[in-house]
Amino acid sequence: MLKYIGKRLLQLIPTLFFVSVLIFSLQHLMPGDPATVMAGEEQDPVAIEQIRKQYHLDQPIVVQYVYWVKGVVSGDLGESMRNKEAVLPLILQKLPVTMQLAAMAIVIALTIGISAGVISAVKKNTVWDYAANVFALWGISTPNFWLGIMLIFLFSVQLGWLPTSGYVPLRENWQASLASTIMPAFVLGNAIAAILMRHTRSAMLQVLESDYVRTARAKGLLERRIIIKHALRNALTPVITLGALEFGTLLSGAVLTEQIFTIPGFGKLIVDSVFNRDYAVVQGVVLVTATIFIILNLLADVAYHLVNPRLRATL
Amino acid sequence: MTDTALDVPLAVEAAVESPTARAWRRLMRRKAAIFGLFVIALFIVVALLAPLIVPYDPIRQSWSAVRRAPSWAHIFGTDDVGRDVFSRVIYGSRASLFAGVISVGIALSVGVPLGLLAGYRGGFIDALLSRITDAMLACPFIILAIALAAFLGPSLGNAMIAIGITTTPIFIRLTRGQVMSVKVEEYIEAARAVGNPRWRIAIVHILPNILPALLVQATLSIAAAIIAEAALSYLGLGQQPPYPSWGSMLNAAQRFLTSAPWMAVWPGLAIFLSVLSFNLVGDGLRDALDPRER
Repeated sequence: MLKYIGKRLLQLIPTLFFVSVLIFSLQHLMPGDPATVMAGEEQDPVAIEQIRKQYHLDQPIVVQYVYWVKGVVSGDLGESMRNKEAVLPLILQKLPVTMQLAAMAIVIALTIGISAGVISAVKKNTVWDYAANVFALWGISTPNFWLGIMLIFLFSVQLGWLPTSGYVPLRENWQASLASTIMPAFVLGNAIAAILMRHTRSAMLQVLESDYVRTARAKGLLERRIIIKHALRNALTPVITLGALEFGTLLSGAVLTEQIFTIPGFGKLIVDSVFNRDYAVVQGVVLVTATIFIILNLLADVAYHLVNPRLRATL
Repeated sequence: MTDTALDVPLAVEAAVESPTARAWRRLMRRKAAIFGLFVIALFIVVALLAPLIVPYDPIRQSWSAVRRAPSWAHIFGTDDVGRDVFSRVIYGSRASLFAGVISVGIALSVGVPLGLLAGYRGGFIDALLSRITDAMLACPFIILAIALAAFLGPSLGNAMIAIGITTTPIFIRLTRGQVMSVKVEEYIEAARAVGNPRWRIAIVHILPNILPALLVQATLSIAAAIIAEAALSYLGLGQQPPYPSWGSMLNAAQRFLTSAPWMAVWPGLAIFLSVLSFNLVGDGLRDALDPRER
């Protein structure tokens, strides 16, 4: 097992290297001289020169990269141009907000996605199955920013049940916190629920055809028990691991959802930074999300090997 | 005798259906896919004939008709500066469809050759391209697109490039995987045995066999690209004002939800319908082109 994890960790090195090259090269996509663009509208020659020194823009590109990676490895992702704060603490400060939203979205996605998937597989080719498939298509095709706006219109403007925007931290007042995050969490969870539903449906259909389910039926077990204990338990393995890969969808969705509901998470941070020309923060957010995604991918892969007895034997 | 000899090949020819004809026949059996094709065709016609369809200039402001509810004069109502929402939704289809097709075109034209190269050559080039692909796929789609669009500068053209670059690794990976499975087939072996050069085998023999998979992915990617363009325009990184785009219309609409909710309904519905249609056609094509389903 340790050997396998070690092998996977080694494979991560080239991937992380290219991620770093990709993110580093972003600043060289800027049209013209990066220092002039970063300086904004003031165009003060002293400020431009200072930026050029600070980012080593006067050095060859390879040297610039080495400086940048050195910083990244020691936890220094640069400094925000706007408020002169270090980028990493700024991101870490916003992370819990996005994590709360993501956790709630995952709970919603798992609840809706797995139940809809099970129902549609068990009641294949019935109205329930069609309804679940329509739900999945709807979830995949609805842009989450539109769904968010429509929910605000219905629940905040028309019914007045929930706040239109803003965020209350969980520690301050948990009820107000839930009220401020339930709509965005639903918007975020909805698209993932649709994907999970499709995975669950196909996994369940496969499992329901298997010999051990047939044996369980032949023994005369209750259908509900067969579905939950025998079929779902086995079908869930691929669903959970595939679900972990949807983390990227979750973070992408969080950027827009946080923008719509004015939630100060790190999705909003990247958008605000884009408009403030705070490029170090933009790079930092992309780097942190990519790293989290790579680690989660690795964990999902290891978990998949751990829970699958056939693969466990090969470790 | 001569008659019989002529009849036989003709009868055989009639019985053999070309793969394209078979796929089309199967696609036409799916009501959802037909609906999708119909809506896409409608959007294309609307986008092409936009100047002839629109009742008003989509960018002309009218301070005497600010935030008017839908009526016979303005069937979708007017926006915060008195522009006709219907005319803007019609013109917005140009930005969305154009962005969807162009960005997937960019992804295909970069991703497919690289995927062919990686899958067919193998070795160091494959390892290198695969790691680059992994690295790009590790960055969440919209976040990478936002970062690219931000560094390139906000405009519809740059948004398309950003979405195109972000979609490219999907096509590299898909093409590579498909090539790996096709290149061990006997007919490729035969083509190699008669002395065909590598590029010819890749283009003439391998590419046509992986086209179905690429077609399905391209259709689904257009759906994703339309959402991505709308998302970037919503954030202000795509189509720039005053030119209409469904995403930027939603951004403006959000500020007037209480007084003019119709501003948010129509552009959102247009995004939903176009994305749904491409998804329906993509799903239909996947089933129609699946050789296991007869």
